[in-house]
Amino acid sequence: MKPLVFLEHDGAELESGAVGVLGKAATFTDGDVAAVLAGRGPLDGLAARAAAHGAARMFVAEDDALDPPVAQPRIDLIERVMADGGYDTVLFSTSVLAADVAAGLAGRLGAGLNWDLVDLELRDGEPVGRRLALQDSVMVDVGWRSTPRLALFRRGVFDAATPVAREPVTEAVTVPATEPSRRVTVVEHTPSAADGPSIGDAEVIVAGGIGLGGAEHFALAEELAAVLGGAVGATRAAVYKGWYPAAAQIGQTGRTVSPRLYVALGISGAVQHKVGMQNSKVIVAVNTDAQAPIFGFSDLGVVGDVHSIVPKLVDLLQERKGRD
Amino acid sequence: MKVAVCVKHVPSGRLRLEDNRLVRDVPGEINDADKHAVEEALRVREAHGGEVVVVTVGPPAAGESLRTALAMGADRAVHVSDPAAAGSDLVATSAVLGHVLRREQADLVLFGQQTSDGVGGVVWPAVAERLGLPFVSQVTRLEVDGERLRAGRQTESGDDVVESPLPAVVSVSDAINEPRYASLKGQMAAKKKPLEVLTLADVGLSPSDAGEPGSRTVVLAVGAPPARAGARTVTDEGDAARVILDYLVERELA
Repeated sequence: MKPLVFLEHDGAELESGAVGVLGKAATFTDGDVAAVLAGRGPLDGLAARAAAHGAARMFVAEDDALDPPVAQPRIDLIERVMADGGYDTVLFSTSVLAADVAAGLAGRLGAGLNWDLVDLELRDGEPVGRRLALQDSVMVDVGWRSTPRLALFRRGVFDAATPVAREPVTEAVTVPATEPSRRVTVVEHTPSAADGPSIGDAEVIVAGGIGLGGAEHFALAEELAAVLGGAVGATRAAVYKGWYPAAAQIGQTGRTVSPRLYVALGISGAVQHKVGMQNSKVIVAVNTDAQAPIFGFSDLGVVGDVHSIVPKLVDLLQERKGRD
Repeated sequence: MKVAVCVKHVPSGRLRLEDNRLVRDVPGEINDADKHAVEEALRVREAHGGEVVVVTVGPPAAGESLRTALAMGADRAVHVSDPAAAGSDLVATSAVLGHVLRREQADLVLFGQQTSDGVGGVVWPAVAERLGLPFVSQVTRLEVDGERLRAGRQTESGDDVVESPLPAVVSVSDAINEPRYASLKGQMAAKKKPLEVLTLADVGLSPSDAGEPGSRTVVLAVGAPPARAGARTVTDEGDAARVILDYLVERELA
């Protein structure tokens, strides 16, 4: 297996899931991992960070056309790097963009794509992916019948490798401007509002659902988030009702997060929401409905009323803080 | 404008596996997200005229999902139903859909963003690439004229407005609209609308292009998932705040 890792970033930081995939890939290749980095230049800073986290060589495409998150020029780029360098496997950390790039590449190359993987291992030299399926009720081992192989990993399943000092080895690549890849143009971009820690990189997220009972009750989530030093998230249903801004939306339509701690307040745990937060390291859920699906994937589930429990918890946490 | 909508027939209720394959002979229905794609196609037709054709690849029962789309108001349906297509993975499915859509030459091809059976992945980018068309995903707002589309989309990095010439492939988020119900009258009318059933050969493919031979991925084994170690659920008896605090402190999260 000669893998290539797609490094997604937001211009300032590498996407943490992709950094984890980089570390995982290094374990298969004695550290000789190649990666693709694309976007508006200069990308030196990101390349240096990727090198520290395990990218032994990087194909860097600095191109203003790659600044917006459009998939098809990235498919062109990866196709070229694979052909020139003889890479037979491409690894992605799932995001809206990465899924579009990976599936588009599958169609263009007629390549097998396994998605939603939580692990990858070599068996007799052949890569085997592991995927949780059917609402995570079964673990499926999946393989590829041929090369090239494409793999999308659930975001946040691998921890980043400990950074080491290393000079980045980069090779500049130009992106072929092929049809139809340049037809989609981004005419407006409104970044997700950044108020307090963004849910994208918060270590702690307190999220509210319709079980909170109204926009005014999001104050509970805000107070708990404040004392835990975290950010506030919301389910799609709560956002639809206008209780909280769309930038805070977590789920299939919304952001995918994997904080150290995820506190779910009045959230039932529909699949829509679950896929956006299931890789959180620790999940604590409070809901009045003992049958709520969220209790099936929480580390600590509390059947009870958020309106009585959360204020007491905030007081206890403040008391504890005051003591320290 | 000619709009093609790709829909998927998914099992209603809980799914199970047999011989490492999803059991599909259970009662099914049109994938929920695909109703939003049908709805959007109908709105495009209402604004610009033209035709809405729904397409599916699946066993005979998948015809029910096409009837639902026809009852909502689609004009006609194409159903690729061939035992040799069973077990197609994403790349094989995209080959079949690509061949059907090439015959149709639609101005706009719509997909629903999510599949409720969780086994579909994202097929539209692969289909778009096979057709050599631009694609836009996660669309929450769509405007088209005869030549171009303008779409609002939501991604991790924020909200974008994108434009593309037609023809194009678009996947819509369920936030885009509220699908209409199929009225009784619509259901009656649906029975008389054309529903074409095709084999792989009819769309120009051989059995080796689809099903397992045409697939590039394989399921090797199915087993039990690891449980979340130490997971527990408690009922609040007035002490839940303390229980949560102790839990967080123990794990150095507070």
